[in-house]
Amino acid sequence: MFRLHLMPYGTKFDIVGKSKYFFILGVAVVLTSLAFMFFKGLNYGIDFKGGYIFEVTMPEVTDIPSLRTKLGSLELGEVAIQQFGQENDLMIKLEKSEEGKEQAVAIQKIKETLGEGVTYKKIETVGPKVGSELVSNAIKAVTFALIAMLIYIAVRFEWQFGVCAIAALAHDCAIIFGLFAIFPMEFSETSITAVLLTASYSINDTVVIFDRIRENMKRHKDMLVKDLINQSLNETLSRTTLTAATTILAVMALYLFGGKIIASLALPIMVGIMVGTFSSIFIASPLLMFLNIRKAVITQSAEINDQ
Amino acid sequence: MLVVSKARFATTLIICFLGMLFAFPSMVDQATYDKLPGFLRHTVNLGLELRGGSHLQLEVDLASVIRERQESIVDEARKQLRKQNIRYKKISVQSRDGESLITIALQDEQSVSNVKKILTKIENELDIETQGENVVAKLTKKYIDEFSKRIVGESIEVIRHRIDETGTKEPTILRQGSDRIVLQLPGVEDPGEVKRLLGKTAILTFHGVDETLETIPAKANQKVTLPHKPGVVYLPEEKGNGVVYYVPIKKQISLTGKSLVDAQVSMDSRTGLPAVSIKFDSIDGTRKIAELSAKYLHKQFAMVLDGKVLSAPVFQAVLNDGNAQITGNFTMEEATELALLLRAGSLPAPLNVVEERNVGPSLGTDSINAGKNATLCAFFFVATFMMASYGIFGLFSVIAIFMNIVLLFACLTLLGATLTLPGIAGIALTIGTAVDANVLIYERIREEVRSGIRATMAISQGYKLAMMTIIDSNLTTLIGAIVLYEFGSGPIRGFAVTLALGILISLFTTFSLTKSIIAFWIRKKQHSEIIV
Repeated sequence: MFRLHLMPYGTKFDIVGKSKYFFILGVAVVLTSLAFMFFKGLNYGIDFKGGYIFEVTMPEVTDIPSLRTKLGSLELGEVAIQQFGQENDLMIKLEKSEEGKEQAVAIQKIKETLGEGVTYKKIETVGPKVGSELVSNAIKAVTFALIAMLIYIAVRFEWQFGVCAIAALAHDCAIIFGLFAIFPMEFSETSITAVLLTASYSINDTVVIFDRIRENMKRHKDMLVKDLINQSLNETLSRTTLTAATTILAVMALYLFGGKIIASLALPIMVGIMVGTFSSIFIASPLLMFLNIRKAVITQSAEINDQ
Repeated sequence: MLVVSKARFATTLIICFLGMLFAFPSMVDQATYDKLPGFLRHTVNLGLELRGGSHLQLEVDLASVIRERQESIVDEARKQLRKQNIRYKKISVQSRDGESLITIALQDEQSVSNVKKILTKIENELDIETQGENVVAKLTKKYIDEFSKRIVGESIEVIRHRIDETGTKEPTILRQGSDRIVLQLPGVEDPGEVKRLLGKTAILTFHGVDETLETIPAKANQKVTLPHKPGVVYLPEEKGNGVVYYVPIKKQISLTGKSLVDAQVSMDSRTGLPAVSIKFDSIDGTRKIAELSAKYLHKQFAMVLDGKVLSAPVFQAVLNDGNAQITGNFTMEEATELALLLRAGSLPAPLNVVEERNVGPSLGTDSINAGKNATLCAFFFVATFMMASYGIFGLFSVIAIFMNIVLLFACLTLLGATLTLPGIAGIALTIGTAVDANVLIYERIREEVRSGIRATMAISQGYKLAMMTIIDSNLTTLIGAIVLYEFGSGPIRGFAVTLALGILISLFTTFSLTKSIIAFWIRKKQHSEIIV
């Protein structure tokens, strides 16, 4: 009977042996991401900076540059106009340059500039305070969540496992942030969700592999740690790729058919799942090698047997 | 042999049935929905970006109320100091590093301990520090926290009254953080009216007018220098002719709108203009209005709303029955609005709109349709993939995915959770991740089969071995979700709820539903070949 196999069984990839290259790659990408975040910064959306967003249907096709000049002359802030959907569907963003109290007046001015017969699909006004609070709150929540997961993994496994899992998670998050910084993707409120989804997927993936390593440690008491990790990785490779594939398929559907807003959320998630899968296999697990997961005695006896 | 007990099988069936029952109303059209029995008429709450409406985030101006509270402490302290003949250079409320402090500079150090006693007597919850002849006091953190909590709570009540009376349907009013209120108004496209209603604190006070001073008229927008007299303040009155009249009003409040029991629109019998008839409560208010009208009989007094004089008429008679009429230069709408504001009560603190989102209904419908399409496609993709990978076992997990979505909808309905746009994305993603537990089990079964055990044996072994892995990996994520819920806010909380529900439901479908189906199928197939 036909069965789709993404990965053949019984693979014997020496992942740990080549871990040096993966670490270099991982560190390089993380450093690049951090550098971009530090020097270029995230392209914060109105959600964080404060300002106005209008989604409108104009009565007729409008000359965007001249509209931009007209709106710019209101001196309410930086104007960005985007076309989407139909030719006369516009998304207008005005980034607030200062804390203006008179929001209603500003909105009225914009409406007057746009003229008669415009259908307003969406109007948003955000004060800059809201966004910065959201970020600090998100950072706090995520930090506590990381600590809680670290403790759980340390209790259920060993502390080394917790450290490696969190290191891999930090790697994933840094890259996702980097993605937002490198490509001019707007970092909005929903982008936080993308980061969180990546993190939750990645930790789940990592724990599955760790679980196999733990099981094999009990089963093969005299196996070299390196071989043990390699074997565990190869045994779980089929599952890792299958789950990644089903999830990516679902995200792909979101990207293709979910509409503009959902698509913008789906892209970073897709990258996040790939990065999370990569880090579970190539970063988190080989990293265990360096933290002496098996008690020294057993390792020694294993080495003697090996000789 | 894979065995699922009868009790477990029955529970599984019941849960699946209930899930379908409660998810069903969210899937049907309006006509069918109306025919459903009452207990089923609950659907998933659609977030505003999906159904259209207004979202306002309001900031309660706590700093100003706290400052006001301190001002009143200062007023009281000033009185006491005079009474006890304690000489001071200056007593005031000052702002320092964003914190307002009560500062008293005394003539000499001897009276410091006395001042401390006075302050403590006025307000017990004060942190008092002394430096030589200077006394600095501030409200304790505990007091401010409790005070803030109460103010925000009261504000929510007043907002509810004001909004509900205007006939807006199903507003959601939630406390957020320490000083925020989120107000969601489905179906309202232009919240201008709502913002205007909330922009007024609606504090109504009655004051005497100082008749030794003159009312000063001035053109609107014209700067005027007003005479200064202790205890008197000039407040503006607009009569609709473009002239602002500054009325000298005694600071002391004779009566407040707090003791009102009712307010209705009426007509001013003398001018024929719209007015608001108010009724004071039978004990305190009636006595006070009687006293006030006796004191100011044939004299001018002023009705002040939020720092503006509504009108400054003359009492024609003593009001003994607790009824009075507020007159002013009102239009019918203004009178109706004022009556509503007075009925709803005054806001304990001013509100600022810090965030506003308005979504038109067409955009919402587009988003829902796009979300539906995406979810269906995700389902189709994953189902095809799973069946290609695992054959009939793949089909079993497809049933599980379907039940996952159904149960997720049922849970969201029962919890009264709100489905947002990222929430829809979350549901589609659940389709991808829900099969994970099944994949883990199937892969384990294949491993066992390759080690040479019989298929039926391998299946039960696969379940057993994968169990620990599934529990550990899901518990880790679940713990993360719980912590995110506990410490996160807004979108993060919504994400945490969907994530946690997704995990629990996928555990259920894996260990109860799919397992039952597989056990049933094995029994049927008993002697034929089983390929996982």
